[in-house]
Amino acid sequence: MSARADILSNIRRSLGVTGEEAPRLTNVEQRISTAPRGLSVGRSQLPRQGQIDLFKQQAESALASLTELDSYEAVPAAVADYLRSNNLPAALRIGHDPRLDGLDWGSTAIDLLHGPSDGQDMAGLNHAFSGVAETGTLVMTASAENPTTINFLPDYALVVLHEKDITGDYESMWANLRQTYGKGTMPRVVNWVTGPSRSGDIEQVILLGAHGPRRLHILMIKEQD
Amino acid sequence: MTDQAASRRPIRVGLFVTCLVDLMRPSIGFAALKLLEQAGCSVEVPSQTCCGQPAYNSGDRANSRALAEQVIRAFSHCDYVVAPSGSCAGMIRKHYPELFADDPNLAPKARLLAGKTHELTSFLVDILGVRQVEAKYDGSVTYHDSCSGLRELKVKSQPRTLLASVQGLTLVEMNESEVCCGFGGTFAVKYGEISTAIVEKKTENIANAHTHTLLAGDLGCLMNMAGKLSREGKPIAVRHVAEVLAGMTDEPPIAAPASSTL
Amino acid sequence: MTAHPTTSRFKDNAHEALGDDQLQKAMLNVRAGFIDKRAAVAAKLPEFEALRDSARDIKNHTLAHLDLYLERYEQKVIEAGGHVHWARTAEEARQIIIDLCQKSDAKIVTKGKSMISEEIALNAALSKAGITPVETDLGEYIIQLRDEAPSHIIAPAVHLNASQVESDFRRVHTHLDADRDLQEPVQLLTEARQVLRDRFLSADIGITGANFLVAETGSSIIVTNEGNGDLTQTLPKTHIVIASIEKLVPTLEDVSQILRVLARSATGQEMSVYTTFSTGPRRATDVDGPENYHVVLLDNGRSSMLGTDFQDMLRCIRCGACMNHCPVYHAVGGHAYGWVYPGPMGAVLTPTLLGVDKAGHLPNASTFCGRCESVCPVRIPLPKMMRHWREAEFSRHLTPATQRFGLAFWAFFAKRPALYKNLTPWLMSLMHLLGRDKGYLRALPLASGWTDSRDFPTPQGGTFQSLYRKQKSNGRAA
Repeated sequence: MSARADILSNIRRSLGVTGEEAPRLTNVEQRISTAPRGLSVGRSQLPRQGQIDLFKQQAESALASLTELDSYEAVPAAVADYLRSNNLPAALRIGHDPRLDGLDWGSTAIDLLHGPSDGQDMAGLNHAFSGVAETGTLVMTASAENPTTINFLPDYALVVLHEKDITGDYESMWANLRQTYGKGTMPRVVNWVTGPSRSGDIEQVILLGAHGPRRLHILMIKEQD
Repeated sequence: MTDQAASRRPIRVGLFVTCLVDLMRPSIGFAALKLLEQAGCSVEVPSQTCCGQPAYNSGDRANSRALAEQVIRAFSHCDYVVAPSGSCAGMIRKHYPELFADDPNLAPKARLLAGKTHELTSFLVDILGVRQVEAKYDGSVTYHDSCSGLRELKVKSQPRTLLASVQGLTLVEMNESEVCCGFGGTFAVKYGEISTAIVEKKTENIANAHTHTLLAGDLGCLMNMAGKLSREGKPIAVRHVAEVLAGMTDEPPIAAPASSTL
Repeated sequence: MTAHPTTSRFKDNAHEALGDDQLQKAMLNVRAGFIDKRAAVAAKLPEFEALRDSARDIKNHTLAHLDLYLERYEQKVIEAGGHVHWARTAEEARQIIIDLCQKSDAKIVTKGKSMISEEIALNAALSKAGITPVETDLGEYIIQLRDEAPSHIIAPAVHLNASQVESDFRRVHTHLDADRDLQEPVQLLTEARQVLRDRFLSADIGITGANFLVAETGSSIIVTNEGNGDLTQTLPKTHIVIASIEKLVPTLEDVSQILRVLARSATGQEMSVYTTFSTGPRRATDVDGPENYHVVLLDNGRSSMLGTDFQDMLRCIRCGACMNHCPVYHAVGGHAYGWVYPGPMGAVLTPTLLGVDKAGHLPNASTFCGRCESVCPVRIPLPKMMRHWREAEFSRHLTPATQRFGLAFWAFFAKRPALYKNLTPWLMSLMHLLGRDKGYLRALPLASGWTDSRDFPTPQGGTFQSLYRKQKSNGRAA
């Protein structure tokens, strides 16, 4: 017998089932098709502005920094400011996100490098799919527009997040993701990012910048009235 | 006066003193007896030996069942079973039903007994509604929360509530009062070195509370901590909480000589 | 790597650990690093206890339907362009991975932290096959340099201090300036980051574990703080996930519930820094990510735990809270347990994987204080399961003779109340006389484990029952 058949039949023997029982099949089918939300967490059940404030507070307590911008057009100047204030070279790794590409980078001195990171970049910028207020978590999805390597290789990770893309809890984020990608279909990678990289492996003291970015900076675009 | 005490028939409590108290320190049994009678209970002491926990925790189900059956037979006529120990009360309350889960004859009896078995201080506070005792104790005490009582029976506030009513007594909390003292029944002998390392941390925390007395609700833990404090030469009086609550502190503390001035 | 378990030498291991001052100092970090943080973060979430129930229920539901969820998961991985391999044993899993490495002519393999990799002793097998495994989690990297096993499931190097790490780095990183300053932990971290960055970029294959596998989507999930797992799986051409079959959960919602208790229980964080959901290999729309995506599903005895007293253990999400709160673990550290899984979860799991005849000490070396169960995010009744192992040992006559004899002796009297009643008052009075002056005995036959380091309190004399009956017959008011 193949290992697969062996393992499955051993599971069924242990559970005392055949794998054909209708109620079990129905249970599994229903669980997956309805994907019940489970217990909801009160802290994120807030009016809109409360969720946004909670996101900011939680992201900052996870040691991310955050700047609020009045418009998407303000991104290049904000990035230039950030690079300058951290004494970084005026170079930025980005993917091919049309939203980021469409900005007027020419008004800054920033050198744009397009495509995935090769590990030589000091700073990179991606556009977040969502932000989850309950823990200040950014949700990044992999694509040519926003390559995964940009989330992990540069020392400074910058992320653009629309205020309108903030959800209260993870479940609401999944609901949006299913709307975008279709039920049961996932982007190749979904990265939840809560603060910059860190390690406590030496004497249980938390140090930032283990393998991923040393700093995480969020550029949050305010909702237009 | 409590509600029960006011009713016509006093409630009948079977006192399960535990084998350790029976053998090592009868004064705890008399203290428990006094506290229960003061609260209006009619107390009896059925003939008893051991709840079976040492056998149970050693994997010896046959002997643990035999001993558990003995306890069920001896105590099932009582309204309540009360033990001056969270560990033994926990054994009856939490583990007897499990021990007889597959025995259609004894399972209901085990569950019935489990439902009416309580640790002494939680019985006084939670069941009888006692908030005050008539006792006096001059000195500061610190309290160790024994594991079974704390985690199986949620005994935490009850002894403190009662201690707060003892005249002259001040309670000083030690660090990590909820951390195990390293006793663990036969563990203390089987893994003596590890047990010692654990109790050393405990006596350090006890000493750092700078109190005259250490109290707890389980004699096994008390013997362990008293034995270590004695070997370390730390002059701290060790007693079961019932002795202080009953105002019965004439006997020397645990592991202290008859001439003790503690 | 500990190819040869030393679980049967637990007592000797513990003895050494107790005499190791450096280790004892390092173990103090466990309390400060984990316990207070967990308590604080749990207190900030009113639903925390209810979420533990929810996590337990999700895992129970999954285990009861495990065959079906595995099939569903496999189908989704294949739909996403990945491959699923099934391994009955550690040997089969190692072989599958080595074959995959050899097929792509891999020389260097980077690895994210995986306890399953430790369980199947993968690194030794890779090395033997001429493939260089590089652990990339900082703690795992450090212990790999030392050729040690992890001493904790989420903090593998918790037994070490910074100066030990410094000397390991100086010993191994000989290409760097010998006079460099490595006094501060942050300098050690920076050096490891530089050294490993090159490895990430040059690796042929990346191997990670999985915290969860999602049946709904065919996703594997890793949870890290460093980002090493992501670099491991994103940069090489091939990503291999090695995971045991009980990692399944039904849906994204289910895993979200469990994630809410995982980091909080493990490190006291609200959420770990990186939680990554991976579904298949690089797509046409991608510019990075692995071209090949393989999942190795390991059974290694787990399917036989279903339907037994030990099924609940399969809920374990490897957070480490049980060991963080265990007084025995605090005292002796993780290596004393002698194999991959230490602490209470190891005391239950190791006997199922190595045999209770070899790992029998582990479930016995517990005071049953219950603190592990009180913090377990999926409410595994760990003491109860250790007791099941003790029962198995007792019925197979594996319990040490002195203990058996002592128990039988005690039970003989305890089962005969009349004999007990007649004998014990005399015996206790005799012991009372022996230790009356001091109030304690300094030595007791057969109990040196106690009296070597502790005095044994003298009994008061007589027994409660004999004194009580005497009082009653003397006319004490009833």
